[in-house]
Amino acid sequence: MRARVLIRPKAGILDPQGIAVERALPALGFTGVSNVHVGRLVELDVEDPSELDAMCRRLLSNPLIEDYEILEARSG
Amino acid sequence: MRAGVVRFPGSCDDVDAVLAAGMVGEATLLWHADPDLHGVDAVIVPGGFSYGDYLRVGAIARFAPVMESVIAFARDGGLVLGICNGFQVLCEAGLLPGALLPNDHLRFRCAQAELEVVNADTPFTRTCEPGQRLSIPVKHTTGRYYAPADELERMEADGQVVLRYAPGANPNGSLRDIAGVGSAEGNVFGLMPHPEHAVDALTGGSADGLRIFASMAEAVDGRVAA
Repeated sequence: MRARVLIRPKAGILDPQGIAVERALPALGFTGVSNVHVGRLVELDVEDPSELDAMCRRLLSNPLIEDYEILEARSG
Repeated sequence: MRAGVVRFPGSCDDVDAVLAAGMVGEATLLWHADPDLHGVDAVIVPGGFSYGDYLRVGAIARFAPVMESVIAFARDGGLVLGICNGFQVLCEAGLLPGALLPNDHLRFRCAQAELEVVNADTPFTRTCEPGQRLSIPVKHTTGRYYAPADELERMEADGQVVLRYAPGANPNGSLRDIAGVGSAEGNVFGLMPHPEHAVDALTGGSADGLRIFASMAEAVDGRVAA
């Protein structure tokens, strides 16, 4: 299975990258943008998708500061 | 005290840590792929960019073969000091509470930092006085200390907040100006400032960093060190 793991800062924790992007967009004329957060994308092929959750908890994310979301990517 | 300084791929302050610890005892390097701690009395996890800071600071170094031994050593009560990237690694390893996040201003900060000793009753600060000021440099991009609010309350009550940035001198947005924290048992300590760079006033802005290493030596050897 081709999987995508989205990792984002936990709600309520200051996200200075998100704030910086949110402040930069209006300078380019894009208004009406709010709630910007910057995270990471990990793409991987896995033989046993049932292990993905443990991978996320042990290595791919730090559950204290980040939330993760596992998505199945379309093959090809 | 015979200290072992871990060298990961990407460590860069390991040699300074060996020099600093060598001023109060003996010091040797420990290789990340070798789980043997070679009988050292204390372990220092130094600053740098272990494994390129890939994925998340400290995340991959935490699983290096030497770290399994360092974790067991700490669980047995051995002294473990983490400096900067070493602090990040010890948090990832679960030996210290909390985590280090990108500086609130998103810039690399390299400056002399004024610190306040909050808890002088630890193996790492026992040669200091409570409230004593230390001048020690910081140099990092990911130094904003974070722990959940209830955890912070518990840590403050238990004396686990060991060092704070002096009022108005917080260089990274750390919660409650926290610069260094200890484990619940007190034998593990991590800090973002670099005491190994402040062991000689000629090059370090002060020799205040020596207090940390002298404290460790005193705790191990049971006597007052340099």
